Amino acid sequence: MLKEFRPALILLMALSILTGMLYPALVTGLAKVAFANASDGSLLESDGRIVGSRLVGQHFSDPKHFWGRPSATSPMPYNAASSGGSNQGPLNPALAEAVKERIKALKSSDPTQTSPIPVDLVTTSASGLDPHISVAAALWQVPRIARERHLSEQEVRTVVIAQTEGRQLGFLGEPRVNVLALNLRLDKTGTPR
Amino acid sequence: MTGNGYLQIGFYLAALLLFAWPLGIYMASIYQGDIPLFIRWLRPVERGLYRLAGVSDADQMHWTRYAVALLIFNLLGLVVVYALQRLQADLPFNPDGMAGTTADLAFNTAVSFATNTNWQSYGGESTMSYLTQMLGLTVQNFLSAATGMAVLIALARGFVNREANVVGNFWVDMVRSTLYILLPLSLCLAVALSSQGVVQTFSAHHTATLMEPLAYQQPKLGSDGQALVDDKNQPVTEKVVTNEQSIAVGPVASQVAIKQLGTNGGGFFNVNSAHPLENPTPLSNLLEMLAILIIPAALCVAFGIYIKDHRQGLAILAAMTIVLVALMGLCVAAEQAGNPLFERLGLATQASDLQAGGNMEGKEARFGVVNSALWATATTAASNGSVNAMHDSFTPLGGLVPMWLIQLGEVIFGGVGSGLYGMIIFALVAVFVAGLMIGRTPEYLGKKIEAFEVKMAAVAILVPPLLVLVGTAVAVMLDAGRAGIANPGAHGFSEILYAFSSAGNNNGSAFAGLSANTPFYNTLLGFAMLFARFWIIVPVLAIAGSLAAKKRIPPGAGTLPTHTPLFVLLLIGTVIVVGALTFLPALALGPIVEQLQMHGAH
Repeated sequence: MLKEFRPALILLMALSILTGMLYPALVTGLAKVAFANASDGSLLESDGRIVGSRLVGQHFSDPKHFWGRPSATSPMPYNAASSGGSNQGPLNPALAEAVKERIKALKSSDPTQTSPIPVDLVTTSASGLDPHISVAAALWQVPRIARERHLSEQEVRTVVIAQTEGRQLGFLGEPRVNVLALNLRLDKTGTPR
Repeated sequence: MTGNGYLQIGFYLAALLLFAWPLGIYMASIYQGDIPLFIRWLRPVERGLYRLAGVSDADQMHWTRYAVALLIFNLLGLVVVYALQRLQADLPFNPDGMAGTTADLAFNTAVSFATNTNWQSYGGESTMSYLTQMLGLTVQNFLSAATGMAVLIALARGFVNREANVVGNFWVDMVRSTLYILLPLSLCLAVALSSQGVVQTFSAHHTATLMEPLAYQQPKLGSDGQALVDDKNQPVTEKVVTNEQSIAVGPVASQVAIKQLGTNGGGFFNVNSAHPLENPTPLSNLLEMLAILIIPAALCVAFGIYIKDHRQGLAILAAMTIVLVALMGLCVAAEQAGNPLFERLGLATQASDLQAGGNMEGKEARFGVVNSALWATATTAASNGSVNAMHDSFTPLGGLVPMWLIQLGEVIFGGVGSGLYGMIIFALVAVFVAGLMIGRTPEYLGKKIEAFEVKMAAVAILVPPLLVLVGTAVAVMLDAGRAGIANPGAHGFSEILYAFSSAGNNNGSAFAGLSANTPFYNTLLGFAMLFARFWIIVPVLAIAGSLAAKKRIPPGAGTLPTHTPLFVLLLIGTVIVVGALTFLPALALGPIVEQLQMHGAH
């Protein structure tokens, strides 16, 4: 029994140094050299200030901006210091209530828009930080943005399409629009740091 | 499902099986001590480790000594993770000033990572210092995985060795698994992930200026720092306006790589691989999903080569793949069909090239329905337990799939090493049952299967269901257990059943609405994880030792061939029958009744 104690202790220490210190340090070094912006959180900046991360959504409620997925983080939505989902089950009455509220808010933001609301626009994301909405969810908001910004719908739609990320490598994942990037683009600000 | 959905699933499975083949050949040569040329430069490191530890790689161990070495090593690892969490406030690499954790949480997390479960009672970015994440959690991600692989190789030696009373050297098996397999793969994957935007930095959180100021209600704290409550026991809140967003970062990529490859699953962030800084793109998602199943799949190939009959490994791989594909299809279909509520409310839920549709509650837009359901199936088939969507918000049937895959005993691919040794245990039972039917002494891979092996196999198969069902029963009977439930009705029961299934089979995923960071759950689930891990490992090693001591018998006319489609079906049947008989009653009270309610209530 004691005979195995010495190798256990020594190998635990040696492998801890190898896998718990040298390995993360090496990855950090390589990532910093090869992918400086990506490994630091894909930050965007404007006039020397960090205005967000391309990968972390922000909460939008101004009708001039595109709105993102509802977020279940607390105490505020899109809390990037403490991610979380709603974890509401499909039959939870609270889910039905919350979705109805969101439908109401969207409809009152644009009473003239009568087409059905895409489901991702009224359901919370898994992380509470989802930076994307579906293309359908962006297009649904185009008439409102056009009216609020005194642009033609065609102009706004062109911006949306320019900001659309297709399926990666042509077939992976879902087509989507980055809400923060889209809004920064509309406000003409923000560049990769 | 759309054509693209089929394409993504097909591509994933094809890539998995394609990469598993060469990796399996590579791993077999590592375990046979024939280190390939391109990695032989690590040989001095390996030898140095043995010299430092006073280990000789010629020193073969009896199975009991192998088990003792393994248990001591894992126990020491557990103590280190516990200590790191308790002391992290006073240790370096803690730029965001995380406080030490409570004793019950530290116990739960230490057990969780030492047993390759990686159940998370805590939110990573708001609880753990960078040092704890690296030196505690990342290290155990490697070592618990290496432990599982070592046990598998010991079992393989049980079939290969003849009339020997040794099963190999634990230290050598563990070091080789770490050094030649897990580390190089993790390094490549970590760098690839960081190219996609997975963070990797030692700096503290970033602060961004929001585009729109954000008003929210914040719990008001009293002078003692505790949240205030009003006379109705509701928390008192105050309105706050902020224009800043605090973005948690850290050494994520290095941990995520091994969390997937080692079928660990404990995320750096609270929401695991749903977090955009832990899994930012569809490509990172594909790589992480491949990493979940690649080593368990490759081990089947390696096992076949190691016992000098690769057809045996392929038969097991085929059985695993068939069950995986069937349940994957069910999960994707259920999530795409979605929640009837959304259609009643007049939402657009049809999948198209403009949106994923279906049940998008608790899912990320970049993954949609297909990749979320695919991941949920893969991560629970393997004992990985990382998530990229919230399983708690899945449709009842969509949530049943991951839960049942866990309950099958984590043998459909399963954990690295542990999945295959679990499946071999089922194979022993399958040949035993077949032997009873045809009236011959059962044998498997040239070794007679006798009373001792079947007894040990029975222990290994019965311990997890016992932990799951008794644990669930205890929790639903006690106030402390019911207090954690987040969703009303049958779904609340599902949350508890899922938690004990996950802990009792070392998976680690959750119906995360359950408030599990309480002394009750931390303790009970902690013990479930410990028993589930080591009450299987020890019987498996006992079988290894007993088989190693036996003669090898050449196959005769009465031998049941174990590489044929017939045996594949028999093996699948054994796994499914045991899993269905044990858990159908419990599942009927949870997801099955909920599915009926969902379609019948309106």
